[in-house]
Amino acid sequence: MEFRAASDQAMLVYLGEEIGLESHRRVFQLLRLLQEEPPAWVRNLQPAYCSLLVTFDSCAVDHQEVEASLRRYEERAEKMALPQPRVVEIPVCYGGEFGPDLDEVAAAHNLPVSRVIELHLSRSYRAYFLGFAPGFAYLGDLAAEIATPRLATPRKKVAAGSVGIAGTQTAVYPFATPGGWRLIGRTPLELFCKERQPMGLIAVGDEVRFRAITRKEFAAWPPQ
Amino acid sequence: MSSLLVENPGWMTTVQDLGRPGFGALGVSPSGAADPVALRLGNLLVGNESGAAALEMTLVGGRYLFPEGGIIALAGADFGAKLNGQPIEMWIPHAVRPGGTLELGLTRAGARCYLCIAGGIYADEFLGSSSTHLLSGLGGFAGRALRKGDALQFGAPEQRTRRRRISAQVLETLKPGKCLRVTRGPQADWFSEATVRAFYEGTFRVSEDSDRLGLRLEGASLALKLPREMISEGVSLGAVQVTPSGQPIVLFVEQQTAGGYPKIANVIGADLHCIGQLRPRDEITFTHVSLEEARTLWIAQQRLLNSGEELFA
Repeated sequence: MEFRAASDQAMLVYLGEEIGLESHRRVFQLLRLLQEEPPAWVRNLQPAYCSLLVTFDSCAVDHQEVEASLRRYEERAEKMALPQPRVVEIPVCYGGEFGPDLDEVAAAHNLPVSRVIELHLSRSYRAYFLGFAPGFAYLGDLAAEIATPRLATPRKKVAAGSVGIAGTQTAVYPFATPGGWRLIGRTPLELFCKERQPMGLIAVGDEVRFRAITRKEFAAWPPQ
Repeated sequence: MSSLLVENPGWMTTVQDLGRPGFGALGVSPSGAADPVALRLGNLLVGNESGAAALEMTLVGGRYLFPEGGIIALAGADFGAKLNGQPIEMWIPHAVRPGGTLELGLTRAGARCYLCIAGGIYADEFLGSSSTHLLSGLGGFAGRALRKGDALQFGAPEQRTRRRRISAQVLETLKPGKCLRVTRGPQADWFSEATVRAFYEGTFRVSEDSDRLGLRLEGASLALKLPREMISEGVSLGAVQVTPSGQPIVLFVEQQTAGGYPKIANVIGADLHCIGQLRPRDEITFTHVSLEEARTLWIAQQRLLNSGEELFA
């Protein structure tokens, strides 16, 4: 555990140095423990690949006290058993107007479009953390053969449900927002809905799989 | 229950309260008033809880009709408000007669003016807050900025409103400034000494391309010592992140919750409300303070805002 002040009211706790399941496990364990037994001064917990940002009530505690307190959680967090990841399946209609960048991604890697889709479908992904917008999960890791950098200029508006890739990550846009990921398809599912419990379709630690559907299935979603 | 009719929504008016902290793990940023100090004082003037929902007007006020009347107070930036055609003062409650019209123009200083109404505005709650989260279209009035013809409801006043103003001394103490105090950012050591000096000695201009997600600044280019890739991590409110172009962005209330740009500094809690009053083309500077000083300033500010009677003249 390494600590660095992020602001006068927030502390960054680093739990690993590279993106991967090992760092993710440690972040997730500490997050779970702090969610289950929250110290009174915690205001917000923001997990990421290798770190947890802890925002605190600075009227109650200072950075030294936060560090000392979190160190007392460290050992227990490491022993904490994590539940089997929940499996979430996401139907995706690839290409066409739903995946305006699919052809370009295929061309960039010298692969047929069908192979790009096959590789995207070939594995399950870990939801490392959520960020950017409500319900936006950073999913990894994408097959190296189709890893593609972000667009140089982000789109001003990406349709809700768009499935994108960026580097070795993939994600689904829950809302119509600006976005720089390369879009390869779209899901008819609602990723985030405030009338639903839980609101987000994907939570930290989930295992996400994609399934190809046709345009017809997309249009008629949900299936009867 | 009484209503408020939007005859003209100004440039961008949203329903805001003190936001919804605590949902970072869902990817939800707190949102809430851009100038929470003004919101709190405005609410206290009309006898509301300090975190009641109010209208946040941006740069241009608009025109609002009160068919059944109400008690209102304006806080934050002065937009030259007129009630039934007569100029009215800020920072003091006013009774609006049934059928009364409140009209506000262009800002005279600052960026945001709050219209607080006794009884508080009713709006959609999302994760315990009525504040509008524009990016996701959640909370507030239909999750969006107000439009002409919208009708909002507000509650009955909780108590008889006393006609008293916020003291000049309190307003002076809490006056939003253009020199933002900051603590070191988590990647401050990624920048050379010369760059850090340029950051603290330079003047930055707020770009037109700024909103509740973040303020883009134009000024000295802030280069890293060495090009370096960062692993995305959680970002705090007021973080000053530097993009590859060398220009800083101050992350604001509707910020994305994680990001991969190095952060040179972070605006202190006691100065976050100042960000909410910055206008495009404003020129700002940064001053470094220690974590300890920042904490002392925050505690003093919270104590003042919670001091009740002492706030009033």
